[in-house]
Amino acid sequence: MNWRGFYTLFAKEVWRFLKVTTQTIFAPVLTVLLYLLVFASVLSEHVQVYPGVTYASFLIPGLIMMSIIQNAFANSSSSLFQSKMTGNLVFTLLAPLSDLEFFLAFVAASVIRGIVVGLGVLVAAMWFAPLTMHSFWILLGFTVLSSATLGALGVIAGLWAEKWDHVAAFQNFVILPLSFLSGVFYSVNNLPPFWQQLSHFNPFFYMIDGFRYGFFGLADSSIGLSFFVVSLSLIAMSVLCLWLLRIGYHLRN
Amino acid sequence: MSHAINIAKVHKNYGNLHALAGIDFQIPQGSFFGLLGPNGAGKSTLINTIAGLTYASTGTVEVMGYDVRSQWRQARKSLGVVPQELVYDSFFSVIEVLRLQSGYFGYGRENYPWLDELLDILSLTDKANASMQNLSGGMKRRALIAQALVHRPPVIVLDEPTAGVDVELRKMLWEFTKRLHNEGHTIVLTTHYLEEAEALCEQIAILNHGQLIALDKTQTLLGRYPYRLLRLSLSLDFTLPTLPEALQSKVQSFELGELVLRLHREQDPICGVLECLRAANIPFLDLRTEEPGLEEVFMQLTSDREILS
Ligand SMILES: Nc1ncnc2c1ncn2[C@@H]1O[C@H](COP(=O)(O)OP(=O)(O)OP(=O)(O)O)[C@@H](O)[C@H]1O
Ligand SMILES: [Mg+2]
Repeated sequence: MNWRGFYTLFAKEVWRFLKVTTQTIFAPVLTVLLYLLVFASVLSEHVQVYPGVTYASFLIPGLIMMSIIQNAFANSSSSLFQSKMTGNLVFTLLAPLSDLEFFLAFVAASVIRGIVVGLGVLVAAMWFAPLTMHSFWILLGFTVLSSATLGALGVIAGLWAEKWDHVAAFQNFVILPLSFLSGVFYSVNNLPPFWQQLSHFNPFFYMIDGFRYGFFGLADSSIGLSFFVVSLSLIAMSVLCLWLLRIGYHLRN
Repeated sequence: MSHAINIAKVHKNYGNLHALAGIDFQIPQGSFFGLLGPNGAGKSTLINTIAGLTYASTGTVEVMGYDVRSQWRQARKSLGVVPQELVYDSFFSVIEVLRLQSGYFGYGRENYPWLDELLDILSLTDKANASMQNLSGGMKRRALIAQALVHRPPVIVLDEPTAGVDVELRKMLWEFTKRLHNEGHTIVLTTHYLEEAEALCEQIAILNHGQLIALDKTQTLLGRYPYRLLRLSLSLDFTLPTLPEALQSKVQSFELGELVLRLHREQDPICGVLECLRAANIPFLDLRTEEPGLEEVFMQLTSDREILS
């Protein structure tokens, strides 16, 4: 294992997003604040999802996880795609880095981006509503598992894409709908049966549900199931991603 | 294992396009090797295959005895590649790019003095902290060369390093590659400047349509071409059709009163040609013979193939 090589690529990926924090950290935090402002203030009197939890409080964990999901994906997909397009990825490909080292570096950087954005949103949102913390370890666990899953998916999208359009399409037609329809703004138990059923096939639902459990000790689904589904998603994405790297898909052909 | 690079039966297909059609040759260790061929011949594709940037459809490539697929880690450590395109990461400065690249190869701070030395050799020290995107084209080219050398590879491949650079930089790059060669590195160079290949390379391979059409010592390759050129300055009222029948087939070019004839060393003695001109009453003001350059050899070899195929 070329640890130093892995660490350098990882550090470079983190460094890259830290060089443009306005776009990579502050913009997503601002987006969430706008959601909170609009939804929480308009709907707070009408909606109560869990007993003893205000709508604004209910909303915050979902919004944090949604930001983690979207940013972890954006980090690896845009970085990989950009260096593939500008061509400077060749220097990484010329280096003695294995597929695993390459994969881990991108995924680990996505996790860091997820954590940083998640913390940013948390700190900003805390002023809007009271939050409790049921379990720190569950919060951390779901943050890491979810952002790693999306980091891996981002690598897959970055490999697959051949134009910026493709990256945007992945973003807008996969990540965005799935993260919106995953119970960020509502409890899936309030949905009509059909949509309720469908939601249970959406991995993002379990990411958000497990994460919310970490705050309130309450959730739509069982924490065990959520943990299982999210772990399984991570494994599936990793296996697919490593296989694509191994065959050099859109990379060495 | 005296080969720096061993290319065995390499084919590369892009859909229906046979970009490399059975390439098979070796590059000896310590040699200065030229890879020539017209646009689209497959030079870059071959280099990418050597570098593991593309996988061959069939066939194998070894760098310093390491298979580029199965022993990729050692193969990549043995190879430094300067790509044809000016590619760079606009997020980072020159020194940052070099340090990152050195890190990918597993080096830490202990390698920094070498990176500073590279900047110095390539006259980039005062640009060390400039962002890559703010460098001129020539500076970017030098930065890419430095980037390819961070791990002191024994084999160095340069894909058209002197394309679009000014005379001074070209001279500097010539000196630099010669110096690397003298230090024992194997150098592989592609270029469209034939005088460059002639001046630098000990051995030359010529590629055309994905096939190897010549591979020899530069001198032997030049010697294999049994022609020389006779350059005649004629009066301005001369027109080509007035040239005697016997000489028509030997015309290489005619421009601004300068006629260039291609003569076979044995079969076309110069006095015979002059005789012929006198008989046709064509006066000339000056004459000069020229030894062929790679240019002619190259044209001949690539056009022979064209006729055959
Ligand atoms: N990724 C690719 N996909 C499809 N075709 C390709 C690809 N890369 C190269 N080719 C084709 O392979 C052939 C050889 O290209 P290559 O770049 O190796 O030529 P070259 O000898 O380096 O030419 P030049 O002197 O212009 O750099 C060309 O016909 C080119 O269009
Ligand atoms: Mg080329």
